[in-house]
Amino acid sequence: MNARSKKYVRRFLIALSLVFVGLFLVLPLVFVFTEAFSDGISAYLEYISDTYTQRALLLTVEATLIAVVVNTFFGLFAAWVLTRYRFPGQKLLTTMIDIPLSVSPVIAGLIYILCFGRSSPLYGFILRCGTPVVFAVPGIVLCTIFVTFPFISRELIPVLNARGTDEEQAAALLGAGGWTIFRRITLPHIKWPLLYGIILCTARAMGEFGAVSVISGRLRGLTNTLPLHIEILYNEFKYAPAFAVASVLVVMAVVLLLIRCIVEYQGRKKEQ
Amino acid sequence: MYVELRNINKRFDKVVAADQLSFGIERGKLVALLGPSGSGKTTILRMIAGLETPDSGSIIIDGQVVNDIEPSQRGIGFVFQNYALFRYMSVYDNIAFGLKVQKKSREEIRSRVRELLCLTGLEGLENRYPNQLSGGQRQRVAFARALAPRPQLLLLDEPFAAIDAKVRQELRSWLKQMIGQLGITSIFVTHDQDEAVEVADEIILTNAGRMEQKGSPLEIYKNPASSFVARFIGVSSVINDYHSLRGFEQVGNFAQAVVRPEFVEAFKADNSKFHHLLDVSEDAVIEDIAFRGSYLELKLRIGQILLTTNRSLERRPVCKGEHLRVLIYRMYLFDADQALLLENSLLKDRDIMDF
Amino acid sequence: MSSKREKRRSKHILPGFGLSLGITMSMLSIIVIIPLLSLFWGGTELSWADFISIISRGRVLAAFRVSIVCSFIAALFNLFMGLVLAWVLVRYPFPGRKFVDGLIELPFALPTAIAGMTLASLTADTGWVGSLFARFGIEIAYTRTGIVIALIFVGIPFVVRSVQPVLEQLDPVYEEAAGMMGASRCTTFFRIILPELRPAALTGFALAFARGLGEYGSVVFIAGNQPYETEIAPLMIMAQLEEYDYGEATAIALVMLGIAFVMLFVVNGIQLRARRRTNA
Repeated sequence: MNARSKKYVRRFLIALSLVFVGLFLVLPLVFVFTEAFSDGISAYLEYISDTYTQRALLLTVEATLIAVVVNTFFGLFAAWVLTRYRFPGQKLLTTMIDIPLSVSPVIAGLIYILCFGRSSPLYGFILRCGTPVVFAVPGIVLCTIFVTFPFISRELIPVLNARGTDEEQAAALLGAGGWTIFRRITLPHIKWPLLYGIILCTARAMGEFGAVSVISGRLRGLTNTLPLHIEILYNEFKYAPAFAVASVLVVMAVVLLLIRCIVEYQGRKKEQ
Repeated sequence: MYVELRNINKRFDKVVAADQLSFGIERGKLVALLGPSGSGKTTILRMIAGLETPDSGSIIIDGQVVNDIEPSQRGIGFVFQNYALFRYMSVYDNIAFGLKVQKKSREEIRSRVRELLCLTGLEGLENRYPNQLSGGQRQRVAFARALAPRPQLLLLDEPFAAIDAKVRQELRSWLKQMIGQLGITSIFVTHDQDEAVEVADEIILTNAGRMEQKGSPLEIYKNPASSFVARFIGVSSVINDYHSLRGFEQVGNFAQAVVRPEFVEAFKADNSKFHHLLDVSEDAVIEDIAFRGSYLELKLRIGQILLTTNRSLERRPVCKGEHLRVLIYRMYLFDADQALLLENSLLKDRDIMDF
Repeated sequence: MSSKREKRRSKHILPGFGLSLGITMSMLSIIVIIPLLSLFWGGTELSWADFISIISRGRVLAAFRVSIVCSFIAALFNLFMGLVLAWVLVRYPFPGRKFVDGLIELPFALPTAIAGMTLASLTADTGWVGSLFARFGIEIAYTRTGIVIALIFVGIPFVVRSVQPVLEQLDPVYEEAAGMMGASRCTTFFRIILPELRPAALTGFALAFARGLGEYGSVVFIAGNQPYETEIAPLMIMAQLEEYDYGEATAIALVMLGIAFVMLFVVNGIQLRARRRTNA
């Protein structure tokens, strides 16, 4: 192939990519905002300040926060144990942590209904505790944790594996305890991937729909998260309000993507 | 013995790192653990440090069995192969780390770190980070960090492997001098015999998890205890028909021999200095000449036998295909498990000038 | 006792093994393992015969077929488009590349329900895109084409993000070497570059396919959900749950779980083989 046809190939491939990205990724974003503002700005503000919307937003924020905290805690321990030690069953454990990624969110909802719902052997115990799980906030939180469970550890494990354990061993030989080693030696290395994992986890947690939709029972104002609230509006043919509320989540998603890009850029800069 | 290993066994799946291994090291000695790659020497070092645990056998430091003692409580300083410097800490913080976790006072830490910076010639670099240092400087930081908590025993894993050849030479003598000055018992692992010979007071030669020989560099060089040692130390030619050479006879069942370059004297037939030895020399042809920087390496053929020798650049030039006279002073005979020094019988009563 | 302690400590120079393994295992059990096991004992008296009869019903089989076929087509498209995108993003600097690169991850970050609603509205016969196609008599929303479109959207980042790092690491020396020996650009791509990318591309394909099988949020709006036609397997579970028929839901879920595990196994296998090949 000569230089000229090489140039054509290049132009064609770039054009193809841009058309795909434009159609599949940019157009939907533009559409959300066009629809959201189709009734004017004042209507938009009214839609998003609606009581039910506010409550749904609060619940989404609550579930997301809990999920991020729980998964960060888990991710740090899991990544530490899977990369700093060698023990039998390590591979199996690594695979099991990834299970939530390959399980349909609907199944995630189903298993919590089976586990904590009316048909479960645990149901009596849960009743006595006085906090229902299914069709209630705890169920929503659990589902959100489930679908984002491996997000943090997955970001940390490759980074820790690539680096080896020499520095930690050196610190241990000098007499440092576990916490000191983690805080002074390990944590500085995983700062950026940790942040990156937290961002991904946040984005996924606030947008979770399938699992939450199964377990919430869709009680408006009580167990409706933002995505569920949007679905209800949409199914009632209230398109403008639906997309107005959706635009709030879209803005949050785009902001997270931006932060992610900055974090990755910073991380790469630090590596060099 | 300050450090002692007794009947140590250690194996990973298929690889044997230690096979009934026992040896002792005296206080204050600088010892090299020398062996080919994969001979288990790094594992032995890591077992002394407590980074690996032997399958059986005991490790004794200063009269105390340390198998059950935490690595950090063994009073050991360890220098890792790639130094394992804490990348997110400055030079100062790296050296101070061991003292900080021991909760030493601020004043004490400062003065100890100052002392070590001075000792290792790192003054002025204390605020740098490891990635801003040269290979040699990193090694010094690793050395200082290991020494900071005043260990009784210093272990170094391939301390020169990560450094380029030119600086390596300089660092070898620096390390030898530094350790001599401190008088700390030290063990370092290396696969490079020059390094071991040059730096160590004593060499422990290992192969396949067993100790082949222990002794001063000179002893190991002069009296190899096994065929492995005979072949491993020095650049050697291994020959089969040694008894076909003048002055050497078949001894026992020894089938092979090692001839080192310095055991061979090659000279031109008209060289008056060797005139009186002409009758006991062999005729050889130069097969190949390689320039080694400060000398020439000659490959000489005597019938079926190929020998290597070095020739000073100050002597008369030689060329490929030229015939030389060759004298062989001595050789090591060896079989599967032992080695024997054999002198040239024809040279016994002759007057050989040493120069 | 002492020898046992010695053995245990032997493997772990770093302190804290017991604590971290304990926390990891208990959290994994509470969040993932125990709930998953409830599929087997969750109070649904499901006999083997029941299970077979449920999953061999025409409507259920049709739902599985729709799910599998649509996911496969979408993953195949993404395999192609993902390779093109990764190639363009790594090899061709063009204005706005950083922007496009960031945008690739939008499907990860955007709530799936919103994606579904938006794609449905866009491709409905009154929508911006749908009206163009409607003129030629092509319907997108509420058909299987719509499902494929939604699955392409959710799956594209998997392929791009699998292939991109490998392509970045690929030393251009090999291509130059092939070029020096007179290989055409085309030969170079298919003989030199593609084999290097194959494990990563296959991993991306399998991940996109697996995600497509389980996807609910984005598909449910655009699918139309006609039994036998555009009803997907996750939706079947949803429908059974709304009738409180946990037995049927569990049976379908078990089959989906089985497929998911096979996919997980396949992905691990691909990565293991790739690692062995490059290490050998």
